[in-house]
Amino acid sequence: MSQTAWEGLSNQAIAAAGIVYFLALLAHLAEWALLRTVAQSEVKAEQPVAVGATSSSSSASSASASADSADAPALSAEDVERQEDRVTMAGTFGVLLTCIAVAVHLVGLVARGMAAEPHRVPWGNMYEFTLTGTFVVALIYLLVRRKFGLDWMAPVVLTVVLAILMVAVLWLYAPVEPLMESLHSYWLVIHVVSAVIATGAFTVGGITSVFYLIQSRRERKRAEAVAAGEEVGPDRGWWARVPGTERLDLVSYRLHAFAFPVWTFAVLITGPIWAHEAWSRYWNWDPKEVWAFITWVVYAAYLHARATAGWRGRSAAILALVGMGTLWFNFIGINYFSTTSQHSYADAPTGSPVVATAGVSPGD
Amino acid sequence: MSTTEGRLSDLDPTADDADGPDGPEAGAGTGGDGGAGTASTSKGGDDGRRPGELGAREMLRWAWRQLTSMRTALVLLLLLALAAVPGSIIPQTDVDSLAASNWKTAHPTLAPIYEKLDLFAVYDSPWFAAVYVLLMISLVGCIVPRLRVYAKAMRAKPPKAPRHLTRLPVHSVFLTDRSADEVHEAARAVLKKGRYRLRPVTEGEDGAVSAERGFLREAGNLVFHLAILVVLVGFALGSLFGYQGAVIVVVGSGFSNNLTQYDDFNPGTLFDSDSMEPFNFSVDDFDITWLDDGTSQGYSAALTYTDSPGAEEQTYDLKVNHPLTIGSTEVFLVGHGYAPVITVTDGNGDVAYSGPTIFLPQDSTLLSFGVVKAQAASPKAIGLEGLFYPTYVLANGDPINVMGNDLNPTLSMLAYYGDLGLEDGQSQSVYVLDKDNATQILKKNGKPFRLDMQVGDTIKLPNGLGKVTFEGVEPWVRVQISQTPGKKIALSGVILMLIGLMGSLFIRPRRAWVRARETDEGTLVELAVLDRSGGGDVDAVLAGIVADLRAEDDRDPEPAADATEPPVATPHPTDEPGTAPDDKEQA
Ligand code: HEM
Repeated sequence: MSQTAWEGLSNQAIAAAGIVYFLALLAHLAEWALLRTVAQSEVKAEQPVAVGATSSSSSASSASASADSADAPALSAEDVERQEDRVTMAGTFGVLLTCIAVAVHLVGLVARGMAAEPHRVPWGNMYEFTLTGTFVVALIYLLVRRKFGLDWMAPVVLTVVLAILMVAVLWLYAPVEPLMESLHSYWLVIHVVSAVIATGAFTVGGITSVFYLIQSRRERKRAEAVAAGEEVGPDRGWWARVPGTERLDLVSYRLHAFAFPVWTFAVLITGPIWAHEAWSRYWNWDPKEVWAFITWVVYAAYLHARATAGWRGRSAAILALVGMGTLWFNFIGINYFSTTSQHSYADAPTGSPVVATAGVSPGD
Repeated sequence: MSTTEGRLSDLDPTADDADGPDGPEAGAGTGGDGGAGTASTSKGGDDGRRPGELGAREMLRWAWRQLTSMRTALVLLLLLALAAVPGSIIPQTDVDSLAASNWKTAHPTLAPIYEKLDLFAVYDSPWFAAVYVLLMISLVGCIVPRLRVYAKAMRAKPPKAPRHLTRLPVHSVFLTDRSADEVHEAARAVLKKGRYRLRPVTEGEDGAVSAERGFLREAGNLVFHLAILVVLVGFALGSLFGYQGAVIVVVGSGFSNNLTQYDDFNPGTLFDSDSMEPFNFSVDDFDITWLDDGTSQGYSAALTYTDSPGAEEQTYDLKVNHPLTIGSTEVFLVGHGYAPVITVTDGNGDVAYSGPTIFLPQDSTLLSFGVVKAQAASPKAIGLEGLFYPTYVLANGDPINVMGNDLNPTLSMLAYYGDLGLEDGQSQSVYVLDKDNATQILKKNGKPFRLDMQVGDTIKLPNGLGKVTFEGVEPWVRVQISQTPGKKIALSGVILMLIGLMGSLFIRPRRAWVRARETDEGTLVELAVLDRSGGGDVDAVLAGIVADLRAEDDRDPEPAADATEPPVATPHPTDEPGTAPDDKEQA
């Protein structure tokens, strides 16, 4: 296949992946819509989530569960069953579509690498980095979905992936070009793979933290309402699936605890080794490095916060979000702030050979 | 779900230390290990007085306790993150000195203020140092006491089972037909297989099983934090004693390693030029592959070098990402460009200037800018300034450069004569022409006189000033040369950090208890598990132990009659029974 054919294939695959992600999102939205009509107790029962989810919210909801079934719309047992089947089907369909989308997404990435002559890893510019980043977010979601019971997260992950993918295609697109000289290193492969995996896991963890914050607000409101003697019905529909705060906190921590060492490896080991070979200094305080370091420190603070009285819970979740902010700012934002970065893809999307001029600093 | 996450830091350290890990309720009520002591903020504390009422010594103690508290570590970490921000937004002299000086020129009012605040050298500034030094002190103050506590905890045996296991947040109860002793025996076997450390059966106790595992977590944590110090030492050695230099060498010429030869030299504060190694090299050849689309694909410079004067000559093909190591010095290829060979003959017919002149690339097509200073020319010194086009094309009347390959090398320069600012002996960049007092050479019609030349062309300057010849083009390479002592220390440090971190994050310290009591309805088994890290899925672990214990049980798996407190944990539907808890833990 010719270079242009590969490039065309890549573009088509990415477009197709986008469409399939969208269909998966629709399936999950349908699942969500159907869920609204199913009483919460049934949903909980069939949900393959670890015990934690059920037991944590049980205190709040089980007391009022019986009261609730009284004012729920009167559905016959048969109706409920049929409705549940539909919910399950929509959900399964959504997961299946997501798997297909991720596979097609991968085809797009591989074709992108094949389009360059000589073949290379598809990490030459912002467009390619963003394609890879969204791919890893979706993949990590799929991989840990069962383990952490993340079915409820599907619409959010898909929306995020789809939105970023659209930004990539609309604004970041760049034609295939060979890698600049300093990127010809196997350290690049190791460095980028680990950085992107960590980014994906941090992102999924960050989404969990967002839900932690929303859920803790809801739980507080409920507790207040209960204290005020108001009648509180159980969560319905989609929210009934979102686990309680303790479970969310745990899932979020697990994802961050996985991502942090990977990030450490990417940013503090392989990054410096590669920088040393390419630019002679293993740590330059170049803006990309600074923000990678800031991100690392913020996540270290998150891990500390989780072990500190008065900081765990809400404050820790907020720190996790600050971390996600600095992470993505470093990924995309800093490129528009700073002109001194030696990281090639931080430069103009043409992928100019920055190294050729590095340090010579002509009057630019 | 309930965990006992991080409870340790709620503890009053003194109380915990006094009790020791063996204290009767140490495990039960708190889940704390002695190690948390210094890490926690002591709310109650042994001295209930306010700081104002303390003597100087106690005050110091109080301040020390504050500094080494986990909360302070947290705040200092955030402060470090914050302090690092300005350096990524304001150009740093160290990273890009030209950008920094341009910024200063563009912001004449802000620049002096920023200068005072060290904002052009954030990472060398005292205030940045203050933050990380405080953090390091806090770290040492936090970790050293924990080392002691850890050593003690290593030798201690798992604490006795609390009296009321069902009061622990994660517990389970079931009935069985086996005898209490049988259950205890089975529990010991199950926990032993799960690599728990068991409390020896002790006379006078009720036979309940106490087990503990995950000691290495704290070891990992300690290694990680201490390794941070190792990295810092390695990094400091490099920045204090090392140096970074850069030089552009035209192909065909050489370099010998001493201070005067560098274009750019950036030594550490304690750098001693005696430590520079006496090597030299010459660049014999430059090789580059150009692709059809105008980008380059791989370039290399053929070097001949000697370790010291008189030593045997060696050769090396220098490439990007493949530095040459000579002793403890490394030579890196970081860039390339063109040096047009220009000869200026003065009005008297003497050669006033001749040789390859380094032009600096302006963009990715290697369109380059350079100057010629023919100071020796008479009657008047001659200066030239302009652009070099490797592949020149005239498109719609505009000159453009198509690509970096030198397919159609063309020079386009303006000429000046007179005072080039070199007489007063001030040092001057070779890449900048001082035109303040020079006169531009004009054509008869008053327009600037421009020299547009291709290789071989000679252009005569007006008014008998002389002539300029464009003889040819030589490539140049830019090499970076550096000595970075301590880099191996720093690397070992980060690797140690990573290993420690994995231990600290993935090893789950846990305590588990099983107590069986014979009742009228059968043997009542109570179990509880306590996770001391706050990251474990304790319910699943407990469910696993229960499943293992009941595997050989033929009794109907009804939960205990004790209905007020139903078992918290039921086996996870998707868990395969019998998986070691740890497999599931490794997130
Ligand atoms: C550069 C500075 C530091 C970094 C990057 C860092 C990072 C970390 C990380 C990643 C963890 C693992 C958290 C976990 O187990 O979930 C941790 C734990 C811990 N850190 Fe630090 N830390 C730093 C400084 C400090 C300082 C100054 C102190 C002392 C005041 C400290 C005390 C602790 C303690 C006590 C733990 C264990 C928490 C627990 O038992 O769960 N750290 N740190």
